[in-house]
Amino acid sequence: MRFGLSEEQRLLQSTLTRLLEEHAPLDAVRNAAQSGDVAPAALRDALTEVGLPGLLVPHNHGGLGLSMLDAALIAEALGQAVAPAPFVAPWVMAPVAIRLGASPEQAHDWLPAIADGTMRIACGVSEHVGSRSGGISHSPSSGLSGEALFVLDPVGSTDYLISDRDGGLHRVAADAPNVDTTLLTTVDRTRSYALVTFDDVAAETLPNANADVIRETIHAGRIAIAADTLGAAQAMLDKSVAYALEREQFGRVIGSFQAVKHLCAEMAAALEPCRAMVWHAAHTYDTVPEEGPLLSCHVKAHLGEVGKMVARTATEVHGGMGFTDLLGLHYWFKRIGVNRQTLGTPERAREDAARLQGWVA
Amino acid sequence: MDLSYGPEYEAFRRQIRAFIDEHGHKQPREYARTPEAAQWQRLLTSNGIVARTVPKAYGGHGAAPDILESRIIAEELAQAKVLPMVNTQGVGMLVPTLLEFGTEAQKQRWIEPTLNGEIIWCQGYSEPGAGSDLASLRTHAHVDGDEFVINGQKIWTSSAHFADMMFCLVRTEPDAPKKHDGISYLLIPMDTPGIEVRPLKQMTLQSGFNEVFFTDVRIPTDQIVAGRGQGWRVANTTLGYERAGLGNAALSLARLQSLTELMQLETLDGETLMCNPVYRDRVLAIQGRVLAMRANELRILSDDLNHDDDTNLARLIIKLQGTELRHDLEGLAVDVLGELGTLYENSPLLRDHGDFQRHYMFYLGLIIGGGTSQIQKNIIGERGLGLPREPKVGQGSSS
Repeated sequence: MRFGLSEEQRLLQSTLTRLLEEHAPLDAVRNAAQSGDVAPAALRDALTEVGLPGLLVPHNHGGLGLSMLDAALIAEALGQAVAPAPFVAPWVMAPVAIRLGASPEQAHDWLPAIADGTMRIACGVSEHVGSRSGGISHSPSSGLSGEALFVLDPVGSTDYLISDRDGGLHRVAADAPNVDTTLLTTVDRTRSYALVTFDDVAAETLPNANADVIRETIHAGRIAIAADTLGAAQAMLDKSVAYALEREQFGRVIGSFQAVKHLCAEMAAALEPCRAMVWHAAHTYDTVPEEGPLLSCHVKAHLGEVGKMVARTATEVHGGMGFTDLLGLHYWFKRIGVNRQTLGTPERAREDAARLQGWVA
Repeated sequence: MDLSYGPEYEAFRRQIRAFIDEHGHKQPREYARTPEAAQWQRLLTSNGIVARTVPKAYGGHGAAPDILESRIIAEELAQAKVLPMVNTQGVGMLVPTLLEFGTEAQKQRWIEPTLNGEIIWCQGYSEPGAGSDLASLRTHAHVDGDEFVINGQKIWTSSAHFADMMFCLVRTEPDAPKKHDGISYLLIPMDTPGIEVRPLKQMTLQSGFNEVFFTDVRIPTDQIVAGRGQGWRVANTTLGYERAGLGNAALSLARLQSLTELMQLETLDGETLMCNPVYRDRVLAIQGRVLAMRANELRILSDDLNHDDDTNLARLIIKLQGTELRHDLEGLAVDVLGELGTLYENSPLLRDHGDFQRHYMFYLGLIIGGGTSQIQKNIIGERGLGLPREPKVGQGSSS
């Protein structure tokens, strides 16, 4: 029995953390947020060089063939750095959906292009988390029509993977005719989201996709987002402890006051089990098909709750400084906030967990 | 990551299951001095369900320490809702303490009858003026010939009203420079003249604990464990055994199952409680917290086996998170039951023997006992996160 990380996984984690320290320091995050270029080429090239695009692409298609646990560790490091790097859609959800739903020919063409970083696919499946627009209609004759809301990671993408209301999945080039992309402005300026409209757009349909494949893709995305929150929340806790050890009032560091110490302890007490929970959910996703979906819903919901608590508490520990742009703590606060709502709020994910256990019709 | 225990352990699991199937119904509903309780304890100790690794020479089962075997026993008991209802203070705390610190004569004399249920122990630590700040305790003893003479008072002493013996922290070295170094760990027969026990009724209406008064209580000087002034070190080891027992995710999972079963059976306006979206969301949120604690436990278990992770913080948070979670879980059951959640003892209409109501209050007691949640937060902040201790009064600058 071994629950912990392997040597290779620890190495992966530390390699990535170092890479992000170099290529995504706070200044780079600030530049990305202010310019809107949340897929800066320099960072993408550095991540591509270590093979991250092919993380979940099988070996025989030129990828690294790694596990969801490895993906979670990478997501955690990206969250820790609030890195402006499209990840969840192009390098987690898209390869999962293609592996499950594409034809062998499509997989043969697309997966190597994902792995070498030339095909970067934004994902629009929010209608299957909760329908707002009525979704996208698809017919073989006239193609895709309708609105895709909250398409994940559109900036820097070459293609879209779009679900239709009947459980179909389709690939469309981002610059295809009659595809109109409007970037959404969220509080989180480190990643991008779009409203994409389609008007009789010809698309390549994934022949084996169905509602189950879309759900599986969403579960993978949920685990990655939960891991991103874990990393971001851990960073906020670490910054709080460092600040509490440095900032003095009444002639002593504020971390020696129980009022402040207990805030830090409450964050740690809630967050530390989340680390094991993320590892467990990611591992289970790959290895225990009957339990994986349940844990993916729960880890998304639970990290949403704990993340929100940590984001608020850590900001409070920093006092007035926590509220300033100068310190930049708000990038973490906002990233955690958007993670909480994306691919299902805690309430929504818990309702999915209830459904999986037969507790609701 | 590999979460399987391996085939030899699955055989062990079947063996434990078979034991529970055959004997599980014999468990007493609560711990007391009764022939049934003593018999149950003998059954568990002689089959190696509890005190599994106590050497045969002292009447134990003599198994080699095995982390996964212990884990499987805990999981299976919790799953079957069979509680290892025994004299925890004796079997779970005093026996391991004697094995680590006791003399050969002490081991020979106390361990076997403790395992057999012939001797019931209570723990004399807390005092009216020494709760969270336990090391400032004032119950004291001086040596008179070959006897300690003890005076003072203990409080929150579980089972003292029917215990035979107490392991007790007593100040024997009043002149020690540090208060922690002035304490000794003494073994005191409860029928010694000068001991008075007054039961304290708890909010659960059960009399689980007591006040114990000592007036010139005389015990032989050889009834000390590990020498004079060593009591704090000994007690910290014992407290470690106690806190490790408080966070048990398998038990929380079993309680959660009882709650979700209840919510699928109990109806209101012709619909089950689970159909109420507010109740359903609340129970799912609790389930998420239980699953997080289960994963945390797996991580610690793996570190115990493989020594390849840093689980200091993961361990420090268990008492705080585990007791708060159980209190919330039992409290949710009381909430969803509505008026039925107010019923108690032998009331008509009572559901699940009133377990939820009793545990809801009992776990508030555990949030306080064994180091309050506030003390736990100090420990997490200081030993887990490296934050400084609060300066002592008189040392810090005035504000």
